[in-house]
Amino acid sequence: MSDSVHEQIDQVVKGNDVVLFMKGTPDFPQCGFSQRVSAILASYEIPYAAVNILLNEDVRQGIKEYSDWPTIPQLYVKADFIGGCDIISEMHENGELEELLAPLKKEA
Amino acid sequence: MPPKPEDIAEMVRQHIPDAHVQVRLYSGDDHFEMDVVSASFAGKTRIAQHQMVYAALGDNMKEAIHALALKTSVS
Repeated sequence: MSDSVHEQIDQVVKGNDVVLFMKGTPDFPQCGFSQRVSAILASYEIPYAAVNILLNEDVRQGIKEYSDWPTIPQLYVKADFIGGCDIISEMHENGELEELLAPLKKEA
Repeated sequence: MPPKPEDIAEMVRQHIPDAHVQVRLYSGDDHFEMDVVSASFAGKTRIAQHQMVYAALGDNMKEAIHALALKTSVS
């Protein structure tokens, strides 16, 4: 991964409380897994930045190396990598995600 | 050619010898779902557990396996 792509990703991850790297956009997700995670996030009514990785092949590959995680979507909260669709779904069901996102909701 | 469910299970067992692995197809021939249960997951975050499984699958994760719904748990 080139340094500039890494820096670009790093800036987005650190510059936003909640960032979702996904295929498509929250309004027009282009993959079932991305759709599920953006729908879960929408239910918490918190603002988040969405990055459509389909628009840039460098970012699409770069994000996988950045997190050492082979799949999309990827959710970051406060610059920490939280997980992909399976982990987010599980955290949504067991209440962990609510706990994680609650402080961000109050700030908004 | 995507791997067969049993091939995927075997790759994981090679990497995580005590793992109980179940792999099923849920759509087409390259959308898989997998349950992995292993004592070696103890004390690890879910991210670390999933990364152990992804490591076992190596380059297959980048190419042949289009989608993988993964669930890990500690035995």
